[in-house]
Amino acid sequence: MMDGISALRVLASERTDQVLITHMTANYDWSRLNPPATELDLHLGGAMGKASSLGLGIALARPDVDVWVLDGDGSLLMNLGTLVTVATSAPKNFIHFVYQNDAYDTTGGQPVPNAGHIDYPAMAKGAGYPSAFFVDNVEDFQNRIKAILAAPRPTLVALKVASLGHRPPPGTPKGLDSMQRITALLAQRPEPRL
Amino acid sequence: MAEVASSLRAEGVVDELKKCGVTHVVWLPDTESKYMYDAIQAEPGITLVPICREGEGPAICLGLLMGGKSPVLLIQNTGFFESGDAIRGICLDMDLPLLMMIGYRGYEPSGKPMIDSAGAFTEPMLKTWGIPYHLVDDDSHTPRIGQAFAEAREKSHPVAVLIGREYQ
Repeated sequence: MMDGISALRVLASERTDQVLITHMTANYDWSRLNPPATELDLHLGGAMGKASSLGLGIALARPDVDVWVLDGDGSLLMNLGTLVTVATSAPKNFIHFVYQNDAYDTTGGQPVPNAGHIDYPAMAKGAGYPSAFFVDNVEDFQNRIKAILAAPRPTLVALKVASLGHRPPPGTPKGLDSMQRITALLAQRPEPRL
Repeated sequence: MAEVASSLRAEGVVDELKKCGVTHVVWLPDTESKYMYDAIQAEPGITLVPICREGEGPAICLGLLMGGKSPVLLIQNTGFFESGDAIRGICLDMDLPLLMMIGYRGYEPSGKPMIDSAGAFTEPMLKTWGIPYHLVDDDSHTPRIGQAFAEAREKSHPVAVLIGREYQ
């Protein structure tokens, strides 16, 4: 099991110009990283597990832009059909990280149904993701991150992290501003002719 | 809304979507839309994005809009009810200029009271949420789709068209 912040530092070290959608507890941890968020970060607060759906829409609209989604396990469980929806559209620019803390931290740390016994990579592979990984050790994550990012996509990566056991303070606020900013930034990037 | 319709051709609806510059139809099939599926599949300028549950649709449409595309959401009223929190949290809270084409299951063109609760609750629900809507149940109504699309863009707000009969 990893400390969430340490796991996210590994991700942050590989981050370049990807759009990043954060959700729930992962948003709080991401907001504590130093350096903090970039202008391509969007926190989708609430929305009952739809971070991956939002990321899919961006990925389909802009195949030239890599999209990372930092989902929660409780959030994914609210929207499990998304795995099949993503696999059907099969975006080659989409990586779906799942913050697997086996708990609903944002409501106080209650366990998710069947906590500790859910195999998210198996679900993703079963849905049709060509690549899926499970990581529960920071050093191992550091060693594998480049291979994980280079694997055929869409990719799911379950990050086994410790639950906070309580509600996190607010992270980056959900924002209409973020949506408008990223929309404008994407519009400024020339879209290659396919 | 008591007109007796003659027909609603799926090709005519797709033509109207093309005129609007629609790029993606985010869609979950309903009992009335088989011909619509065929017509969209036959149109190379529009990408069909199939979803597993209607609540995914608003968020996918938001992402497509952020990426500069022009999606519409095509679902049935039962799916509209199911996707309630996504419509609240994404379409309304984020001022999404989204055209939602909603199959009007239970609609009674004769004006008789609707027996099917899916039909009976559709317009009251849209009114409660402040989502403007327009009925399309005949080929002569298809320009309303373009008007609703433009209305959504102008108001930066979701607008619905209610599809009152089976596509042919």
